[in-house]
Amino acid sequence: MKYGLYTKKVMKYFKNPKNMGRMKNPDGVGKVGNQICGDVMWLYIKVRNNRIADIKFETFGCVAAIATSSMITELVKGKTIERALKITKEDIVKSLGSLPKIKIHCSVLAADALNEAVYDYMSKNKHPIPKYLQERHERIQKETENLEEIHKDYIDLEKKIWKVGKK
Amino acid sequence: MLYFIVNSMRIIYMDYAATTPVDVRVIKAMKPYFTDKFGNSMSLYSLGQEAKMALEQSRSAVAELMNAKTNEIIFTGSATEGNNLALKGIAFANREKGKHIIVSSVEHDCVMESAHWLEKQGFDVTFLPVDKYGLVDPAIVESSIRKDTILISVMHANNEIGTIEPIKEIGEVAHEHDIYFHTDAAQSFGKIPFDVKKTNVDLATASAHKMYGPKGVGAIYVREGVKIDPLLHGGGHEFGLRSSTVNVAGIVGFGEAVKIAKKEMKAEAVRLTKFRDRLIKNVLKIEGSHLNGHPVKRLPNNSNFSFDFIEGEGLILQLDMKGIAASTGSACSSASLEPSHVLLAIGLKHEQAHGSLRLSIGKYTSANDIDYVSRVLPGDVKRLREISPFKKARE
Repeated sequence: MKYGLYTKKVMKYFKNPKNMGRMKNPDGVGKVGNQICGDVMWLYIKVRNNRIADIKFETFGCVAAIATSSMITELVKGKTIERALKITKEDIVKSLGSLPKIKIHCSVLAADALNEAVYDYMSKNKHPIPKYLQERHERIQKETENLEEIHKDYIDLEKKIWKVGKK
Repeated sequence: MLYFIVNSMRIIYMDYAATTPVDVRVIKAMKPYFTDKFGNSMSLYSLGQEAKMALEQSRSAVAELMNAKTNEIIFTGSATEGNNLALKGIAFANREKGKHIIVSSVEHDCVMESAHWLEKQGFDVTFLPVDKYGLVDPAIVESSIRKDTILISVMHANNEIGTIEPIKEIGEVAHEHDIYFHTDAAQSFGKIPFDVKKTNVDLATASAHKMYGPKGVGAIYVREGVKIDPLLHGGGHEFGLRSSTVNVAGIVGFGEAVKIAKKEMKAEAVRLTKFRDRLIKNVLKIEGSHLNGHPVKRLPNNSNFSFDFIEGEGLILQLDMKGIAASTGSACSSASLEPSHVLLAIGLKHEQAHGSLRLSIGKYTSANDIDYVSRVLPGDVKRLREISPFKKARE
């Protein structure tokens, strides 16, 4: 049964996303964005004993982007880093039943965000970075080069709001 | 009062700019033309002539509402077809005179894409800029005119942001320079007064399904003496400009919808303007919300907003779960993954277009509907902001 464009399962995750919100003092943060459609996803992880002990996301994007964000947090929570990084965009799509063809890029975003969060954690903690992780990191960086520029206004505005809030 | 039900849920329909339900009086008028009066309007016997007569009565009705002559109205299959005919038909019939066309940058896709296609055929197109409200400046129209300009096309009212363009002034500029002027009136015809004589237009496009008529029927006004080529060649229907067996039932429906509009349009515009302004006032109470389009020079039934930090598709589907049908200019909801060209043209950033919402109201919208949407919307915006990394405009 489809709810218009999306499967029931996708809509379920959109309505009740798991692990949504900002994390205080994360061990690693992955900030990625899609150049074409403008979706943005931030993924936070906490790592204990080489396992992803906790994970949270924040997403500026469509129903598919929110559902895939939620799905990846569920798929990797509790897993070792090596195991978590093996999760592909296909796994995410499969776990959601299916996604419309035009929305497949949203699942790429989720997989990329995890990659970046782990990369951030490893480089902060001076862990040796595996070659495949480094390569993926370089590709993602290249693809999201202009992202901060595109969303500059929002990021500035947010900083302002937070500053005001602290006073 | 008419209620819309989908999956046993009552729908608050807020997308009249996309399409409208067919008025029951229109259906009643159409019905006999499917069964008893099914004749081909080109046939000589009385069954055919009966259909022909109905066709001509509808033509008169459409002509009357826009102050045209009967023989200046050509029925088409849609407004898209009408706009294609206007641009391509004028371009090809007048290419000896020139190859330059001027269109605004906020036109409907069917005008934009026709213009782009004409570029590929060797025509030059100037896309006019608009101000932050989406208004075209007649002075810029004038300064864009070249010796070889053959057509200016600027819409009467914008389908996304509802801005009503100064077509009278643009028409004057076009006429002073002896250039054909076309306007796409698909969103305005039957909703606000439209007079082809007063506005100096040579061609104007209208659509039935935007004004409580059936889908698959449109009309184009072509002023007497305008040099234009048809898109469809064949049996010479519609004064040789649109060959195809005539969709008599649909056109009868269009005619009836026009007659109803003539009677009810004025009062309806007043009622909807009040509703629209109430809706705008309520929605703008949400922090980080912005009105797109002009506060006053806009269609009585259109409102369009942007909400900071959120994306429109999610908002649309969230509203849908609560029975509200609306639309967005977000990139996520388009086939190309590009945000609305109209919202970009009025100067919105990519992410602001991403968070846009169009609420367009109509005949069956009640005060309760306006209040319901006003009540529900802030919570939906807030929820999506909680998910967004950009948040957190303090609600």
